[in-house]
Amino acid sequence: MYPSRFRYEAPRSLDEAIATLRDGGDYAKVLAGGQSLVPLMKLRFASPDLVVDINNVPGLDYHRADPDGTLRVGALCRHADLERSALLKASQPTMAAAAPLIADPIVRSRGTLVGSLCHADPQGDWASVVLALGGSVVAQGPRGRRTIPIAGFVTGPFENVLEPDEIAVEAVIPAATGTRSGGYLKLERRVGDFATVGVAVALETSGGPAEAGTVTRAGIALTGVGGSTIAATDAARALTGQPLTAQSIEMAAGLAAQAAQPRTDHRGSADYKRHMVRTFVTRILGRASGAGAGGTGADGTGEGTAERAA
Amino acid sequence: MTVVYEDHEDDAGTGIPVRRIRFTINGQKKIAEVEPRLLLAHLIRRGLGLTGTHMGCDTTNCGACTVLVDGRPVKSCTMLAVQADGREISTVEGLATASELHPLQEGFKEEHGLQCGFCTPGMMMAAKALLDENPDPTEEDVRWALSGNLCRCTGYQNIVKSVLWAADKLRAVPARGDDPPEPPDSPARGDTPAAPPTSQANNGQEG
Repeated sequence: MYPSRFRYEAPRSLDEAIATLRDGGDYAKVLAGGQSLVPLMKLRFASPDLVVDINNVPGLDYHRADPDGTLRVGALCRHADLERSALLKASQPTMAAAAPLIADPIVRSRGTLVGSLCHADPQGDWASVVLALGGSVVAQGPRGRRTIPIAGFVTGPFENVLEPDEIAVEAVIPAATGTRSGGYLKLERRVGDFATVGVAVALETSGGPAEAGTVTRAGIALTGVGGSTIAATDAARALTGQPLTAQSIEMAAGLAAQAAQPRTDHRGSADYKRHMVRTFVTRILGRASGAGAGGTGADGTGEGTAERAA
Repeated sequence: MTVVYEDHEDDAGTGIPVRRIRFTINGQKKIAEVEPRLLLAHLIRRGLGLTGTHMGCDTTNCGACTVLVDGRPVKSCTMLAVQADGREISTVEGLATASELHPLQEGFKEEHGLQCGFCTPGMMMAAKALLDENPDPTEEDVRWALSGNLCRCTGYQNIVKSVLWAADKLRAVPARGDDPPEPPDSPARGDTPAAPPTSQANNGQEG
């Protein structure tokens, strides 16, 4: 399959890339990892006049923590970089859990987190992770830079708020005020498939380790169980201001399942998906509290669940 | 070397220029003129005649078209040829030397890692990326690394064995020097010095 014809530019700086977009055709697309855009172009779901390839722009392939702990992920940081990141393993449990579950290993060596956020697929895994963590996207255009919270960045399936001459240059995860814990679990029929159900949980606790401290911030977001990524805000609220207990976990899992809007399809029934939301929230929080199942599928519901032991 | 493409009859007047790219493939420097929409897989197969890279699904699923770009595995049906400008590409044709199979190729032969063979080039290139990064993988590491490559014949069992065979052999080969490699099943695996090869281990040239 061939994409439609398009003009191709490969600028060597961000300024040049933005100028190319500004002066470009009616329909321009930015190409980073290309693992969503190129397939869409081959299927002719996307037929841009102009493709601006930013792979030759230096200095965008980073992920790093500011001195205060704020995490910054550049537009050319690949999923594989995050999968292998010691920084994430040490300080970002939810992201470290999600990184090995994005698509498949070969797609991960090319695709990018920022590109995934821009692509805004309702079944994308990173959007849930970044939503649970309260992250943002930094966009740069001719009028300068602006930071857009992820909740306001995605406006619908495959739609975001970027102006035609803006480039998403960075994703930002705010610094934790307490100890981070949490995780990401994904039910998929096979590696590389979209999530049947994905659940991201991001906790911050103070006054002790995750299993004993008070939860000061909680974020829970759901993949694949609605027309968009769903923030389970009631579920998260049920956790904050107290230590994790069996009761608060059960309450949060039930509220998250209520927040899901699954549809019956070839990946499973709505009831099944809702049940899996409850299971995944319970499992992630159980592990964070130190009381839950430690190993893969140890609670007997792990079949088909993708996760990778550290 | 110049690469010549079909001139699609309706290209005239589209105002979309072909682009000249320079790249290295299997150690050889090349120049090509490509339409921006040409896929890397098509440049490799049609432009360069390297048909070892297979097109399977054409939808980023199956991994048969996997090549290495600057050492990292890429599904070449999902990268534009024009993006190869300035890059170094490795395909399955670059594995063997004129006289010797690559240990991965030997491993697939020894452990019956292929049946129809269609997925094999992609499997080998994905495996090469793994072994370049992790010379001593566990079985789980291999399965994980190959999880983006589909095989409809083997059930994967022997593919995994093949890659582990190759890993053993590659680790047994002295980093440099003229000592011959030890066979993978030799008890000399690990910290003991390499044993001389058996005839079987050196006999992997023709299948």
